[in-house]
Amino acid sequence: MYIIVIGAGKVGYYLAKELLAEGENEVLVIEKDGAKCERIAEELGDIVLRGDGCEAATMSLAGFGRADMVIAVTGDDEDNLVSCQVAKVKFNVPRTVARINNPKNEEIFRRLGIDATISATAAILAHIEQELPTHPLIPLLTLRMGLEIVGLKIPPTAAVVGKRVGELMLPQQSLIALIIDSRGSPNAPTGQTVIQAEDEVVAVTRTENEGALRAALTAPSTSEPFGAAASGQ
Amino acid sequence: MGCGRVGAALATMLEEDGHEVTVLDVQAAAFRRLPAEFKGRRHVGNGIDQEVLARIGVGGADAFIAVTQGDNRNVMATQMARELFGVKRALCRIYDPIREEIYRNLGLETISPTLVGARLLRETLERAPPAGKTGG
Repeated sequence: MYIIVIGAGKVGYYLAKELLAEGENEVLVIEKDGAKCERIAEELGDIVLRGDGCEAATMSLAGFGRADMVIAVTGDDEDNLVSCQVAKVKFNVPRTVARINNPKNEEIFRRLGIDATISATAAILAHIEQELPTHPLIPLLTLRMGLEIVGLKIPPTAAVVGKRVGELMLPQQSLIALIIDSRGSPNAPTGQTVIQAEDEVVAVTRTENEGALRAALTAPSTSEPFGAAASGQ
Repeated sequence: MGCGRVGAALATMLEEDGHEVTVLDVQAAAFRRLPAEFKGRRHVGNGIDQEVLARIGVGGADAFIAVTQGDNRNVMATQMARELFGVKRALCRIYDPIREEIYRNLGLETISPTLVGARLLRETLERAPPAGKTGG
């Protein structure tokens, strides 16, 4: 594949390096900054073109017309957008990928025809949210009559760990619909299913019972020796 | 969007024509270019941030005009105004004539001051010089 990478910052540099390491790819990096170009040339070889990746003249010179993929990874969303749009519209590049720095831009990029977006900010945020000790309950889908489907991860300190689903004291009109265990296997729980730490639980509940459901599934056991109750229950 | 020389002059003209005008710029200092009698709202913020566009009420605007120094910023903000906020008239300054043509074909209302300026200069040059100003 002929892959053009726009932007030779840290992302562009390591991306080009990985793509080259795959062996089957022809890679070209486009970068405005002379020092960054030199670094690529010295460390990765003669695969860099100095210029503006939004400028049609540079794009012609780089052979966008025969590129299989364009990946725009500069630090500026507007530049990544325009590079990808021009690649698509003027050079008919089959696949365009843009890095987005503001995760909110995902939708507009998709609507404007960019094939894929990657947001480091969104990826990091998702990880942080999963790792947060408070394990927020995430609303997944709103149903009729005030019901909704929510997702939540069982913290290792939760009192429900080791208990059977049938024993749980859940709020009214709440139901555990699915349990995904820490190995990623989905299971439809029965009353006998035992809750494990790190299980991902998908439940149906009433909107007003969200807080009560979260407390029921995440509250630490009171006999916890290290006083995990410090997490605020 | 963009309170440079063109943005400030345009905002002033449009207000004199009786329109309600809001000006957006990333730097508060840019609003110094507006005349003291300008009554429209001034907002500091980045026009390619959809939360900023929502906050300043782009959804209720009849027209959105992007005249920052950055072609790509103008292009992105204008497309956001159209696609996300349904603004009917979205005008965009693009210095690069090639990009201007591409986005005109995509349906944006675009102006390239580069071509307009070059044509004006050529026409001026081709006209006979004003009387009394020939030679030294």
